[in-house]
Amino acid sequence: MSIPALTLKGVTVSYGGRPAVFSVDVTFPIGSMTAIIGPNGAGKSTLLKGALGIVPLLAGEARFFGLSYQDARRRVAYVPQRASVDWDFPARVIDVVMMGLYAETGFLRLFRQRHRDRAMECLSRVGMDAFAERQIGALSGGQQQRVFLARALAEAGELYILDEPFAGVDAATERAIIAVLKDLKAEGRTIIAVHHDLSTVPDYFDRVVLLNRERIADGPLEEAFTQTHLQSAYGGRLAAGQVADLAARVG
Amino acid sequence: MLAALSGLAGYNTLLVTLGATLLGLAAGGAGAFVFLRKRALVSDAVSHATLPGIGLAFIVMVMLGGDGRWLPGLILGSAISAGIGLLCVEWITRRTRLSEDAAIGAVLSVFFGLGIVLLTVIQGMSSGRQAGLEGFLLGSTAGMLASEAWTIAIAGAVTAASVVALRRPMTLVAFDPEYARSQGVNVRWTDLSIMALVLLVTVIGLKVVGLILIVALLVIPPVIARFWTDRVDVMLIVSALSGGIAGGVGTVVSTLAPGLPTGPVIVLTAFALFALSLLAAPRRGIFAAALRHVSTQRRVHLRQGLLSLYRGEPILDAQTLAALRRAGFIRADGVATKAGRAAAQARAVDAARWATLRSLRGDDPALEAHDGMTDMTEVLTPDQIADIDRVRGQLRGVA
Repeated sequence: MSIPALTLKGVTVSYGGRPAVFSVDVTFPIGSMTAIIGPNGAGKSTLLKGALGIVPLLAGEARFFGLSYQDARRRVAYVPQRASVDWDFPARVIDVVMMGLYAETGFLRLFRQRHRDRAMECLSRVGMDAFAERQIGALSGGQQQRVFLARALAEAGELYILDEPFAGVDAATERAIIAVLKDLKAEGRTIIAVHHDLSTVPDYFDRVVLLNRERIADGPLEEAFTQTHLQSAYGGRLAAGQVADLAARVG
Repeated sequence: MLAALSGLAGYNTLLVTLGATLLGLAAGGAGAFVFLRKRALVSDAVSHATLPGIGLAFIVMVMLGGDGRWLPGLILGSAISAGIGLLCVEWITRRTRLSEDAAIGAVLSVFFGLGIVLLTVIQGMSSGRQAGLEGFLLGSTAGMLASEAWTIAIAGAVTAASVVALRRPMTLVAFDPEYARSQGVNVRWTDLSIMALVLLVTVIGLKVVGLILIVALLVIPPVIARFWTDRVDVMLIVSALSGGIAGGVGTVVSTLAPGLPTGPVIVLTAFALFALSLLAAPRRGIFAAALRHVSTQRRVHLRQGLLSLYRGEPILDAQTLAALRRAGFIRADGVATKAGRAAAQARAVDAARWATLRSLRGDDPALEAHDGMTDMTEVLTPDQIADIDRVRGQLRGVA
């Protein structure tokens, strides 16, 4: 078996006090498209932030393509939650996308025309090229999310990690984003996304990680996205009928 | 020319003007990042924390038998105590449950209080020529030495180079610290280097504007710049320039009447630039916003009026009537003119086109531009509109 895109071993994160994520072991194979699901406060975003070194790990480790995050950083593209940003920041859409090129140009070298062309290409992949000169604060939520995805495309990674990419976006944006993600998967890239809409999991993803502070289950949909596992991850928070419906669709 | 100027205004004025201009440039550049990172108040704590360092440096130098007012020594002392103050704010914020504003308040007042006590002690000291340390509170530019102007120039150049070198990591950290960290930027070190620049600007600004008002030179220029641009790189330049202009013009203005304090006049000059920007800046200024409001309101009334004309509904709203009359679409008695009927027809067609587009392709990017007031001809090409008209014709044919 080839080296996985991401391996988490005993990952534990704590914000002071009790762990938000406790001893999680999960493997994400190359070329897979995985949804991380679980109830609110299950530590889905925290797990990813811990893996990416954004919040410190209390214990455990994350290996990207068999390497530490420091060494594999340029092969990983991260799309943070939209809400994490000050949208009144003085930047145009194109400026945000160009941030994804810093890893390539370094912090000093000036941008050239080919960098601008690359950024425009990424914007047109998400259908936002007409908005390049627009102030980021003047965008709708869905458009902001697409700009973030374009920035990740500019990073040209092999592993895409997205934190709630479909939260609060319009249907058109959701379609546009999932189309881009499926293209990336078709190119052999790996995708990991925190997801909250259980009904779309079977349509969008081929693997799933069920999380509730601890790992409940992970693997291909048929194995992990089952009635038993959903019940134990969400407890009483999902109606029994709903769970049966979802699991039946994967069947 | 320099000689001419110095002959005209005096050598000291020339030195101070140059020094203040450079100080303003440096403060404006460094201040832009402080502003974007929303940490303006930390720089206030840093500047107030210089005072005990000045007092202690004076005492130490006198006790060593030297001249207590030797500027490099005082600057070194102020930098050390400001650095300690900054680390205190950092430490309190990171290690305790107190928020940054509480830490700033505590550090600022305690350090400043300690500084004032030291100044009082110094005044009571029998030895030394103690006069003049109060000058660091509000700046005192009388008798600036060429070496002091040079110090400011060099520190200013260092600040400018650092701002250029650090602009990308600083932009990343200010925009989204978590993403910055995922990109391998050390957020803590970036924040500390922003504050190191602030510290540098503060200590070189002691002589010109003083430690109480230096925060104005760090905060007002970026605020001015924010009115004029939506881009970080442009903002950096505009901010540095407004700082430089405030420094230079302020110094010159302060020489116009005898006894005007240079530092406070520089701050007031910066404020004048701010007031000008607040009023006159395109898009973000008050005038522009008011104009935009009036013009939008007028367009809405015109549009509504034309749709009512098309439907043959009576128009009662006085503003709508006025707008239609001004555009020549109705006569004084309220009857539609020929132009008015044509325009009403065109608006109705436009509304129908938008409705068709929405039902055809609900996610068409052009619909983002649809606000009920924009003509489709402004957004789509004639070809695209012809397509939509064709579909519209077919739909009507079916119905």
